[in-house]
Amino acid sequence: MNVATLNDARERANAQRLAIIDCDIHPAPKSPLDLQPYMTQRWRDHMNTFGGHVRQALVGQEAHPRMTARGMRTDALPENGPAGSDLELMRRQHLDVNGVEHAILIPLGGGVSEERNPDYAAALMHAANEWQLASWIDQDRRLKGSLIVSQEHIEHSVHEIEKRAGDSRFRQIIMSPKPVEPLGSRRYWPIYEAASRAGLPVAFHPVLAGGGHPSSGIGWPTYYMQDHYSFVGLMQNAISSFVFEGAFEQFPELKVVSVENGFSWAPNLCWRMDKHFERMRAEVPHLKSKPSDYVRHHIWFTTQPMEETQDPDHLRDIMGWIGWDRLLFSSDYPHWDFDDPRYAFRMHLTPQERAMIYRDNARALYRL
Amino acid sequence: MTTRHIVASVDEIAPGTSKIVDVNGRAVGIFNVNGEYFALLNRCPHAAAELCKGNIVGLVQSDGVGDYQLQRHGEFVRCPWHGWEFEIRTGQSYCDPRKTRARKFEVKVEAGEELVKGPYRAETFAVQVERNYLVIEM
Amino acid sequence: MMKYKDVPAYKPRAKWNEMRDETMKAPFSGAIDCDIHPSAPDMPALLPYMSEYWRDQITNRFIDKTPFTFTSYKPQVPINGRPDWRPQSGRPGSSLDMIRSQALDAFGSRLAICNVIHGALGLFNNDMAATIVSALNDWVAAALLDAEPRLRGSILVLADDPTHAVAEIERLADDKRFVQVLLLVMGERPLGQRACWPIYHAAEKNGLTVCIHAGSTHRQAPTGGGWPSYFVDEYVAQSAAFEAVLLSLIAEGVFKKFPDLKVVLAESGVTWMPQFLWRNDKVWRGVRPEVPWIDRVPREIVRDHVRLTLQPFDAPGDAATVARVIEHLGTDDILLFSTDYPHWHFDGTDVLPEGLSESTVRKLMIDNPLATYARLS
Repeated sequence: MNVATLNDARERANAQRLAIIDCDIHPAPKSPLDLQPYMTQRWRDHMNTFGGHVRQALVGQEAHPRMTARGMRTDALPENGPAGSDLELMRRQHLDVNGVEHAILIPLGGGVSEERNPDYAAALMHAANEWQLASWIDQDRRLKGSLIVSQEHIEHSVHEIEKRAGDSRFRQIIMSPKPVEPLGSRRYWPIYEAASRAGLPVAFHPVLAGGGHPSSGIGWPTYYMQDHYSFVGLMQNAISSFVFEGAFEQFPELKVVSVENGFSWAPNLCWRMDKHFERMRAEVPHLKSKPSDYVRHHIWFTTQPMEETQDPDHLRDIMGWIGWDRLLFSSDYPHWDFDDPRYAFRMHLTPQERAMIYRDNARALYRL
Repeated sequence: MTTRHIVASVDEIAPGTSKIVDVNGRAVGIFNVNGEYFALLNRCPHAAAELCKGNIVGLVQSDGVGDYQLQRHGEFVRCPWHGWEFEIRTGQSYCDPRKTRARKFEVKVEAGEELVKGPYRAETFAVQVERNYLVIEM
Repeated sequence: MMKYKDVPAYKPRAKWNEMRDETMKAPFSGAIDCDIHPSAPDMPALLPYMSEYWRDQITNRFIDKTPFTFTSYKPQVPINGRPDWRPQSGRPGSSLDMIRSQALDAFGSRLAICNVIHGALGLFNNDMAATIVSALNDWVAAALLDAEPRLRGSILVLADDPTHAVAEIERLADDKRFVQVLLLVMGERPLGQRACWPIYHAAEKNGLTVCIHAGSTHRQAPTGGGWPSYFVDEYVAQSAAFEAVLLSLIAEGVFKKFPDLKVVLAESGVTWMPQFLWRNDKVWRGVRPEVPWIDRVPREIVRDHVRLTLQPFDAPGDAATVARVIEHLGTDDILLFSTDYPHWHFDGTDVLPEGLSESTVRKLMIDNPLATYARLS
């Protein structure tokens, strides 16, 4: 892409100025202590001594170090605290200047979904959701929350969902794509049942630590270049699991959102699932539809990180195959591979397509 | 018609540092690379990030797997968003995706050799040093 | 919601020699089939190739009475044998006569590369596994390559034990009918890692291509999310493993270290490649300083070094979509003809997806295989 194309994109964006709904931004606490007001003394003490117990070697740091600023835009670092911890800066840098009408918060780094101590996990979960409300959602009416659950502790997660089901400040449940068992497994069905009853989609976003499996079936990668790509495979695995385990048959109202895992692989995954389902149908008689139909009806994809193709029409093919109504604009502010809403889409979009991606699909899905 | 703008005094920008100035409503980054001054538009040609807020770095080169060399210290800026590398002197991006039909090429770049050209070029401005001041024409 | 019964029925195309379509006028005979699966024999057939100690161990410990069937590759599972390709008795691929008529004659293929895989790779005792695998390779030479001049072989090795692997490669390298080294995509470690490099050194030195084939030694879960409940889910997950392996080879600099190496990814699904290239071309520019030996964009590396066998070809049946996928791929240099006989991915002789141009068909059937396998020329 050359400068000329960038200018064209900017002009198009300006010509069709829209309020946008950003389906992936990352608020962060100034420090883990920010969660403590929402914990009992027993758990504050625990946090201050034993702390988090997750399935990775290092405390609170990446085993595949990022290229800059621990994976953040280097221009998004506030005076105090990590990137994303300053609402004022987030407003100034992104929410206000980019016309964000609503943003779906996806808090990371609390270690909630991966915590191994079941009761500490429950305390963290509660505290993280309270913190999200108090420090973010209640401070800015544009912000909507993702209900964090410690997904490996099923009963606790169900309890948390049921507790907050009526609170419209939360618009989805956020889970980790690095589970202990494949995500469509019956192990997690009580969570999906609670989600369905609450009318909340379940969303999957990359995390560091997880269920303990290497991040792909071939083993742990060496370089960050590989680690960055592992979430493509993880989300493919998740979708395949939801489909073949029959989770969508069991929960016909369940909605799944893939956040920050890319989307250009979705058509070839659907083709692959359909093709092999044809031969292996006898193994999975509980499936009443073909896999691509389940994907078409149950799964949404956020757009960041957008691919950059030599021919922008190639991405139009992909987006058409997935369905223009399935795509949700996301920026991933303040991460390094941030998509600026003004420039992220290098291909021609009709006014309807633009409106759907930037706003209407999210409005419908999250009932905004 | 261009006009001359005094953007900073020479002692404001030490070697290895930069300063972002406003020139006629446009943000421009002034870089001091080993005593020479260069200016880049503060707008990454890839996705319009504030390029000049990125880290000033050298160029990592390699003779083979496991070999790491840091050369051309201070001559590059990495965009604060996607980390793409731009030569401060020319605004030329480093990585080349365009030679899809070329034969393999040697990467080892020594001082003075032709840069491996990428598809992006940050907009540059010539900086004149006049007595104690840095001047840009725009 | 669309129910399964509403899905249009799968319509096999007319036989290739009845087609009037322009694309099918491409030279069909003389193809090189880059992935067929004669079945490994039962253990008694391998014992003669072993030392006294191993013959003794394997018989006295009743190891010869075990079938060495991979859990992920059971013969009765539909995908592993097309109904008309199953012999009356024995596993699919166990009849050389059927291989001759069904894999070779039916497609007019000039040559077929045999990827014979053995469950011994699932054992943890590498000495035992290596013994069985060596015996298997000797059996392939005698029972297949000696018996049928149109067949070529792959040297099956233990990717999980590079010392054994190198010894086996060196042992068989002089038999030019072996054209490649055969590894499974999922093992103990990502195949790009330096511990595996002696294998690539031996292959490159001996003019052998490296074939990474679908399958697993089950050293860890086949997905990053754990162990799927269903075979079909696990089979689908193979393509994600191929993506991870290819990125491992690229990121670790295998093609920089071994500039003459060619790697074939067999039975991968193919259509995952375009988005893999888009994404990794983009990411490379931001992570370049971490892996500075990658001196050009990943798609160039793939074009020079990596090939994909055709079947299964994960795409819908319509020509327009297939043509678009090839455009997304940006090259047809990397496709290699294969039937994946006797696996069931298509009916009749409909091995070529509709929508491939005549020149692409010619390339993938003949030119690309010849360019990929140094020992075929």
